[in-house]
Amino acid sequence: MSNDPYGDRGNKDWSVGNAKGQGSIMPKASGKTHPAPGGPFLIGDSMTAGYGAGPDILHDCTIAVDRGEIAVIVGPNGAGKSTGMKAVFGMLDMRKGHVRLDGEDITNLSPQDRVAKGMGFVPQTSNIFTSMTVEENLEMGAFIRRDDFRDTMAQVYDLFPILKEKRNQAAGELSGGQRQQVAVGRALMTQPKVLMLDEPTAGVSPIVMDELFDRIIEVARTGIPILMVEQNARQALEIADKGYVLVQGANAFTGTGKELLADPEVRKSFLGG
Amino acid sequence: MNQTVKNTILFAIIALMIIYTGFAQSWNSALLIVAMGLISSIMALGVNLQWGFAGLFNVGIMGFVALGGLAAVLVSMPPTEGAWTTGGFAIIGALLLGAGTVVAAVMLMKRMAPGIARTLAVIAVLVVGFFVFRALLDPAVQAVEAINPAQSGYLGGLGLPVLISWPVGGLFAAGAAWLIGKTALGLRSDYLAIATLGIAEIIIAVLKNEDWMSRGVKNVIGLPRPVPYEIDLQNSASFVERAAGFGFDPVEASTLWVKLLYIALFAVVLLILLWMSQRALHSPWGRMLRAIRDNEVAAEAMGKDVTARHLQVFILGSAICGIAGAMMTTMDSQLTPGTYQPLRFTFLIWVMVIVGGSGNNFGAILGGFLIWFLWVQVEPMGLWLMNLITAGMSEGSALKAHLIESAAHMRLLTMGIVLLLVLRFSPRGLIPER
Amino acid sequence: MDLLNAFIALSNYVLIPGIAYGSQLALGALGVTLVYGILRFSNFAHGDTMAMGTMATILVTWLFQSMGLSLGFLPTALLALPFGIGFAILLLLGTDRVVYKFYREQKAKPVILVIVSLGVTFIYNGITRFIIGADDQNFLDGERFIMSARDFKALTGLKEGLAFKTTQGITIVTAIIVVALLFWFLNKTRAGKSMRAYSDNEDLALLSGINPERVVMITWIIVAALATIAGTLYGLDKSFKPFTYFQLLLPIFAAAIVGGLGSPVGAIAGGFVIAFSEVTITYAWKKVLGYVMPEGLEPDGLVQLMSTDYKFAVSFVILLIVLLIKPTGLFKGKSV
Repeated sequence: MSNDPYGDRGNKDWSVGNAKGQGSIMPKASGKTHPAPGGPFLIGDSMTAGYGAGPDILHDCTIAVDRGEIAVIVGPNGAGKSTGMKAVFGMLDMRKGHVRLDGEDITNLSPQDRVAKGMGFVPQTSNIFTSMTVEENLEMGAFIRRDDFRDTMAQVYDLFPILKEKRNQAAGELSGGQRQQVAVGRALMTQPKVLMLDEPTAGVSPIVMDELFDRIIEVARTGIPILMVEQNARQALEIADKGYVLVQGANAFTGTGKELLADPEVRKSFLGG
Repeated sequence: MNQTVKNTILFAIIALMIIYTGFAQSWNSALLIVAMGLISSIMALGVNLQWGFAGLFNVGIMGFVALGGLAAVLVSMPPTEGAWTTGGFAIIGALLLGAGTVVAAVMLMKRMAPGIARTLAVIAVLVVGFFVFRALLDPAVQAVEAINPAQSGYLGGLGLPVLISWPVGGLFAAGAAWLIGKTALGLRSDYLAIATLGIAEIIIAVLKNEDWMSRGVKNVIGLPRPVPYEIDLQNSASFVERAAGFGFDPVEASTLWVKLLYIALFAVVLLILLWMSQRALHSPWGRMLRAIRDNEVAAEAMGKDVTARHLQVFILGSAICGIAGAMMTTMDSQLTPGTYQPLRFTFLIWVMVIVGGSGNNFGAILGGFLIWFLWVQVEPMGLWLMNLITAGMSEGSALKAHLIESAAHMRLLTMGIVLLLVLRFSPRGLIPER
Repeated sequence: MDLLNAFIALSNYVLIPGIAYGSQLALGALGVTLVYGILRFSNFAHGDTMAMGTMATILVTWLFQSMGLSLGFLPTALLALPFGIGFAILLLLGTDRVVYKFYREQKAKPVILVIVSLGVTFIYNGITRFIIGADDQNFLDGERFIMSARDFKALTGLKEGLAFKTTQGITIVTAIIVVALLFWFLNKTRAGKSMRAYSDNEDLALLSGINPERVVMITWIIVAALATIAGTLYGLDKSFKPFTYFQLLLPIFAAAIVGGLGSPVGAIAGGFVIAFSEVTITYAWKKVLGYVMPEGLEPDGLVQLMSTDYKFAVSFVILLIVLLIKPTGLFKGKSV
């Protein structure tokens, strides 16, 4: 704290300010993109990255997803799974490596501009606007769209019927599973070309988890590639076309979901036998 | 260049600026800057304790300083003849009753089960208490204020030596801080800023309006002094002789000597407080404070009572401001409630702390001197600048008159710019925390 | 008849002034609450922003007056108001660019921005005094009363007069229009919703493609307009003095906090709560009670609960009571 000149010295006086909801994504200027044909639809290729001047968290880590696929990142706590996602989304400082989307190198783009390029991201926490209604959450998801997005909203409501029922309720009043549906729905509103989910089932009950996985598969069937981080490795790998096991910020195992599930070493270390 | 050398140079620069003032303007103004610089440093020390070491945002410094000033009056002025018997005791009684009413209401709040009955009971106690309080207070106040209103019209003080008022001022401020801290700290989140902002205004309003206590806006003047009067010095043959020995005329020598005595007194207080602050901060208590500041959650998990620590440091810091307030009123030898303004007595102290270096006691002192020097000297500088700008304009031009007249407001502008520049380019202040 | 007289006296001295003052506080508190909600800090420079905007309005008013422009029975200041707002917008956007933006990019904590706003307070205060001086300025012209006490008595034959000042009428009408526009903007328009989204969750707003700098810009523009309108209405109704505007900070903050910081509805409610408590507690009730109480029981004294000098104390005590009962304010603000 004392080495951060603009820190608050532990002040928690809400009559001077309210840090709740304050952003953590450091603003950065967007650089240029250039064509880089070939390869998977979205790939974070040999990424070495960290926060600011801090140490590297990712070491030569590669994550990719292709059209029509679900790719899952699993691994122990602190393995850099979420960090890997964030690196793909441009929220870290990339020291080495590239991110390519649909034949274009987007390594130097800011997160906002990646949204405009068609990437949808659902963070693990704080992934809905709690004080706004469900419908307003979806509208905000469609913020960058200037066309008529009523069709998309209808599709989201078809996918998550409970949201239609609760559309005028404040999203913060919903249950955990419903909130995750709002979060995914919000990201779908941009009509993303690829959807990235950071632990979509964190903190929901097993029944709700199954339902959420079903929905995610349904989204994938509409043709949107999905890259997600999951804590529940076994279930996630079961639905995965491609799986990445990360350990300490580096690729440990890579393969199809089935291969990884069958791999005795993976089973022993990460799936509990 | 190591830190100690740099700090020494910074202090030396300020010393040189003040010495230059002595040569260029007058030694009187130079010494006055030193004296007020000492007082400002003490205030900054208090605020630094709160902000620098505990992250508490106090915007009611003015109130604590004014309480110190009130202490100076109540301790040192002679009691007004007959005031206590005609109404003084009744006033005290009424105040006690008022306090009792509030306590009773609070007790009711705590004891009774929540519900309409409790709300009604509390309101009833407060309303009845208020009217009885007013019925007792008003006549007593009128009686006191009727005593020779042109000269006194107030209770007067205890007639004790004025130096006693310095610690008493600290106690007054500490008491107020305890009340504020108790209510405003330690809920799930604090609201200390608005609480201090409000209380400070209320304290000033009380000082301005409660004539029976300190004559309100009629001001109390001629407070007894801890140092000799100039006129006595001038009449003392030995002093005149010694002054002549140094080549001073008696009048100038007497004013300088008086200021030097004040400076010596203030310097002693500052050194004591500085020593105490340094000791406190390197004690386990101080380390705990910084641990809380830097990671409150962890400190709380280790069983540290964060709220109690914050309350302690808030009271201590405010007490220091109270002491400084008493010292200032002592030197002015008058209490003028109308002059207490937040920009001068609250926000300016904040500029001192930030510019000097939050979290560093020496920084607070440096900031106190530097900013006070600027506060005093920007006006003549501004005037000089305006005269330069308007030199070419015709005599009697309205713009020229306006510009020269406005030079007085340059100091506010300067303070704002200094604060913003330091925050932007040297956010940890001139002497950063180590 | 006496009851009617009592009601007229009450309206004359408490209700109408209370509503007018409440509207002014509400507009001020809305500005504070918006900055708190979007930029996440308590803007100590708000009182001086009001002073700057009002000063610009006054200068343009004087210009119009010297040119012979007027609005008939309405004050010329209304004609000058858009220019004052324009000036305040430029001022705030300029300040944001030069001062606040840097700290936003550093993700500085709110309390740092509060200290920054102290610096801005000094600067605005200095500039205002530099340009227009520290003295009282009166810039009211046009018809003074919509209805004067004398006319009212003649009209109704009642003993009590009811005066309705033009400035009070303008204040109330303007406040209603401004508040309606603001709420429509925040709740119905795309830009307004994006402001609420940003206030709720900055990162997610960014991930939804909302441009933070645009949100901040719109906020400052609205705050500039609100501050100038509030300041000008207050100045017309009472008078313009830079120091008074600085001091308005306390009741305005109290209003915003009582209502719940960050909640626009709360800011309005808070404004009226604070205004009415100030007016009722510092009003001398002798006249009203004289009508209501039975013969012989009329009060002797002024029946003034507290002297007007304690109006700050009143707002503050109300604030304390509300916080002790409802720590988040009347309408759940963003706190805790």
